[in-house]
Amino acid sequence: MAYDMYQERILEHYRKPRNSGHLEHPDLSGDESNPLCGDHIEVELKLDPKGSTVEDIRFSGDGCAISVASASLLTLRIKGMPVSEIVKLTQEDMEKLVGVPLSPVRIKCAMTSFVALSHALSSPKASAPAESH
Amino acid sequence: MSIEDCRKDFPILARNFNGRPLVYLDSAATSQKPTKVIEVEADFYNRLNANVHRGVYALSEEATAAYEGARERAARFVGAKDPEEIVFVRGTTEALNLLATSLSRSLLAKGDRVVSTEMEHHSNIVPWHFLRESPGIQLDFVGINEEGELIPADLERLVTKGVKVTTFTHVSNTLGTLNPVREIADRAREAGSLSILDAAQSAPHLKLDVTKLGVDFLAFSGHKVLGPTGIGVLWGRKELLKKIAPYMGGGEMIMEVERGRVTYKDPPYKFEAGTPNIAGAVTLAAALEYLDHLGWEDITAHDRALVADAWTRLHDAFGEKVRTFGPPPERGHYGVVSFALKGVHPHDMASLLDHEGVAIRAGHHCAQLVMRRYGVPAMSRASYSVYNTKNDTARLVDALQKTEAFFRGVA
Repeated sequence: MAYDMYQERILEHYRKPRNSGHLEHPDLSGDESNPLCGDHIEVELKLDPKGSTVEDIRFSGDGCAISVASASLLTLRIKGMPVSEIVKLTQEDMEKLVGVPLSPVRIKCAMTSFVALSHALSSPKASAPAESH
Repeated sequence: MSIEDCRKDFPILARNFNGRPLVYLDSAATSQKPTKVIEVEADFYNRLNANVHRGVYALSEEATAAYEGARERAARFVGAKDPEEIVFVRGTTEALNLLATSLSRSLLAKGDRVVSTEMEHHSNIVPWHFLRESPGIQLDFVGINEEGELIPADLERLVTKGVKVTTFTHVSNTLGTLNPVREIADRAREAGSLSILDAAQSAPHLKLDVTKLGVDFLAFSGHKVLGPTGIGVLWGRKELLKKIAPYMGGGEMIMEVERGRVTYKDPPYKFEAGTPNIAGAVTLAAALEYLDHLGWEDITAHDRALVADAWTRLHDAFGEKVRTFGPPPERGHYGVVSFALKGVHPHDMASLLDHEGVAIRAGHHCAQLVMRRYGVPAMSRASYSVYNTKNDTARLVDALQKTEAFFRGVA
């Protein structure tokens, strides 16, 4: 079971995480800590001028293989995606995206970036671009 | 009964995980229980169960005698002469919350200073943090040096005249550090401060003696000393227990209740509102008796040998790749060995060790100030009890080598 979660796809994203780092002028940002292991992930978003689509995304922070790979996979998924669709994503969608068997404790690792993303979308700045159209 | 062959007394250690016998290295979180102790709990419910202190019938008297007998055993365990200095609580966390709450009602006022340390478990930080808001205390922390010891200059600077409470751990749950309790307690007393000792991590490995330790209060948890969960002990000097305010209100703790006035019983009953964990206390007494029979010299020597062996094995196996935390064993290091392995996140490590049947803990160990001090989000921790052997550590190191090799391929 334990080795099943470290499939090559996960390890590859852990080794070379996509969209890792910071944006110069993010429109939105959010973070989340995993109180079980002390991991911390921050997500930054750049929206299109209308504020309806995610144009760019970066994540940063410390994490285990599962949380880093999950964050990397999540950024690939939501880049270019309308905010209205992102907010409909569920934990189940995230589990499917990660696609490896995870124990209840390790699911929390996979969800850290997802929760950080939802914090970013519900952060105070989120309403500003939405109001402008 | 000797410590070398006590392992067979713990039935859970015969379990297999992933086809391998369990190597349980998480006793600092909770210890396993010997059959004798488990049987005492069943026996209590089979033969003795009744509420205590109230019934006039024989069964209730027997239950009361068993419960009060447990109090006497707990008093002997901490070296206290008077059983009335023993308050049964849920565990160390409740004991520390009891003290913080009670002292906030009876001793502490706005602007008063309380000193804790960076080394504390969250249970000896958060209850005091609450008091920053009301009554408005100032909470200061003694720092930790690189070797995992409290910084003497901080103690000198912070534990000074005007401090009301000095609260600290006997043995660190992450660093294994044994603190100079007597020295700190004496300094606190000279400053006019009460001293509180968190003995949760020392009680399983060291003979406690409140007279020698010199503190005013001491707390430990039953489930870490081979006893059940949900029972623990707060010891306090009788004159102080009399003076400080009660904690929870309810039955068993009152003398008289009138519409406008309530009078309380004397300690320890003043602090034991509601029906206590009677079976838990009786079972805890059996666990303490079990440890006493193993003998404290052997228990301490066994732990020191395991810690020193783990330290050596980790450094021999991984050299520069391993970072161990806390004082080197020869300086006094008990119960736990926390470490980080280059290239392997603690959470990934714990998952792959579990695959080998090895149970360790990965995380912040409820000591985030320690994690911050060392600049790491998490540590891996192997912790020991009387039933562990060097073979357990050998299995740990084998499993770690596989794990490290796996992630070396990744990095």
